[in-house]
Amino acid sequence: MAEKIIELKNVTKAYGDNVVIEDVSFYVKKGEFITFLGPSGCGKTTTLRMIAGFDLPTSGKILLNGQDISLLPPNKRPVNTVFQRYALFPHLNVFENIAFGLRCKRVENTYENDKGDRYTKKEKLSKKEISEKVKKALEIVDLEGFEKRSISTLSGGQQQRVAIARAIVNEPEILLLDEPLGALDLKMRKEMQIELKEMHRRLGITFIYVTHDQEEALTMSDTIVVMSDGVVQQIGTPKGIYDEPANTFVADFIGESNIFGGTVVGERKVKFCGKTFDCVDDFEKNEIVDVVVRPEDIHMCAPEEGQLKGKVISVVFKGIHYEITATVGKYEVVIQSTEKRQEGEVIGMKIPAEEIHLMKPKYTKNVFDGVITKHNTVEFADGEFECDVTQLYPGSHVDEEEYLITAEGEKIDLTGTEVTVEVGLDDITISDDAEAGGTTGHIISIIYKGDHYRLIVRTDESEEDFVFSTGDLWNENDFVSVIIPKEKIKLTLKHTEEKKK
Amino acid sequence: MKFPRFTRKTLCIPYAVFLIFFVIVPMLVILFYAFTDDEMHVSFENFIKFFSDPTKLSTIVYSLVIALVTTVVCLVIAYPVAYILARSKLKKKFVILMLFVLPMWINFVLRVNALREIFNLLSRSPALEWLADANYFKTVFGMVFDFLPFMILPLYTTITKIDNSLYEASADLGGSALTTFSRVTLPLSMPGIMSGVTMVFLPSMTNYVVSDMLGNAKVTIIGKFIYDYFGNDWHMGSMIALVLLVVVFLSTWLSGGFTSEENVRGANL
Repeated sequence: MAEKIIELKNVTKAYGDNVVIEDVSFYVKKGEFITFLGPSGCGKTTTLRMIAGFDLPTSGKILLNGQDISLLPPNKRPVNTVFQRYALFPHLNVFENIAFGLRCKRVENTYENDKGDRYTKKEKLSKKEISEKVKKALEIVDLEGFEKRSISTLSGGQQQRVAIARAIVNEPEILLLDEPLGALDLKMRKEMQIELKEMHRRLGITFIYVTHDQEEALTMSDTIVVMSDGVVQQIGTPKGIYDEPANTFVADFIGESNIFGGTVVGERKVKFCGKTFDCVDDFEKNEIVDVVVRPEDIHMCAPEEGQLKGKVISVVFKGIHYEITATVGKYEVVIQSTEKRQEGEVIGMKIPAEEIHLMKPKYTKNVFDGVITKHNTVEFADGEFECDVTQLYPGSHVDEEEYLITAEGEKIDLTGTEVTVEVGLDDITISDDAEAGGTTGHIISIIYKGDHYRLIVRTDESEEDFVFSTGDLWNENDFVSVIIPKEKIKLTLKHTEEKKK
Repeated sequence: MKFPRFTRKTLCIPYAVFLIFFVIVPMLVILFYAFTDDEMHVSFENFIKFFSDPTKLSTIVYSLVIALVTTVVCLVIAYPVAYILARSKLKKKFVILMLFVLPMWINFVLRVNALREIFNLLSRSPALEWLADANYFKTVFGMVFDFLPFMILPLYTTITKIDNSLYEASADLGGSALTTFSRVTLPLSMPGIMSGVTMVFLPSMTNYVVSDMLGNAKVTIIGKFIYDYFGNDWHMGSMIALVLLVVVFLSTWLSGGFTSEENVRGANL
């Protein structure tokens, strides 16, 4: 196994109360091309900035070749960065931009004096060395003869190349690239992807690449770190991540997916879309699972031959394939195929057992810490909800003074009692009327699951998440209020000792 | 029917009129007076007189030195202030900036007068007795006091415009804090330094109110000189004004103020 060049150990980064990276641990092997992939705001750039030294971790350690560098300033780290917007020095020409790092560098030279004693001196690089290295770096990025050009006369792609040359000329152990191709047009981006890959092969140094473009990550990386919400979701090879996504987030983010709710009905048998399928993943019988099937893994056939029968509702030409959407009962299935189908046509569908991926659902219920308030309501997740407190003590009832009377006739004041609140995934509804529910928040995630959407609403203040299913279509970032019927709020006591009166 | 239209040319007329009557004509008048004698005959007498009179030449040199010292002191005080303010993440930094600019809202003569009274008061104490005769010191002090905001503001605007990623890039490439300052911050704030210097240097050469009030009338700068001559000898006054014009032109030209570089970061206020 190649040695670890950089290792993050339980790294957490918070700005005040806002935790952007939460307990992230992983390592990068020497010479690897590793990509941090995730939607914007997932913490990938912050992770990169901590490796570069621009941001310091709040807790945890960053090791470079086994040495703790967590608190080392950026100018003392043997890493160089290609910035998102290049950050070229506008007052220097191409040559001086690239030579900037070389001019800061001091090398130790060993000399021998007349008596034969050896001594070392820290010296600047000579003019000749600098100009040779700059020339070589310009050759690598294909910009020979651009030395005297002013930065403002260069095109975006050329500036990009200068930024890369400026970083690699210092022969860093690790090259960090922060969405370097984001500002280029599609064709240019594709060309640069291939060139960067080629450069990685030639230079043999470790590349850490940040992008939100899943295709770019799949094309270029040896290893992909999928991040979301400041947490590493999955680490693996591009193929591993595409074929075996660890959870529905990864499945939804990388490539296209059909995600269904299913139940394991027997040994390697799973039921979803109203039919039972053979599969290869082993789960306990009766376990609730998420089923992920890639659109290209669903094969169309004659209606009577298929495992599923559906009606085509839309056909979209996508260049190399058609994207066909069909309804199977109340479920929607997306298929990618080179064959064309007509809208309204009835088709059969087959899914090979090895293409059905089962995964444990990330959420099976919502759990919160709550406190009972004066009027026998429960306060949690920045809001107050009506609830049935008698469930805390079997056989109890509430008297007219709002005291709880237990089965034994004991009078209990529940005010301030800490409880655990559980709410099922199907028991939450939302409304755009802020006053309608017990608390309010913004929708942070929407995943389509064949016949319903899986939404996550996050409250604004304490950032508690409500996960639930709905058939209605909402938009990400919608401001909504959360409604939970009284009888669906399940309470359990946290502490056995209760306040008595 | 044709409607009257405001073309660019028509919009230029008011300024062109102003330019002709208040810039070009007066210049010609000065030129005329400078090279004529009392009988309005063309003469180079004033020119010769000026450059052979040590008092007049030394006044020019004194003015230059005072203006230079004022500018340097302003720059030394203003740069750190502007730098810290521009780069701090303080939410209320505008308030602090206002505190530096606020004195500009109080009448200039009043401020200089107040300063004079403070100096008078201080010089009564035995330890500060030297202040009473430190006319050049007081003049420079007063000028720095007056012109400091003109240095801070352009510097502040230029430094705020420097992209934070450039500092990061410099550190990333191995630059220490000192290297980053000398090779990134300083060169990129040059336009601000240039406009600050121009805005302080020129008025401090000619603004004789400060030198009059604080210098016990012992400090004569070129502006005062011109004013005095225009009392009785318009020809000599015009000649001095012309010499000043040339000096100013030369100093602006030497500092590169006329080059219209493409990446000048607009810092003039």
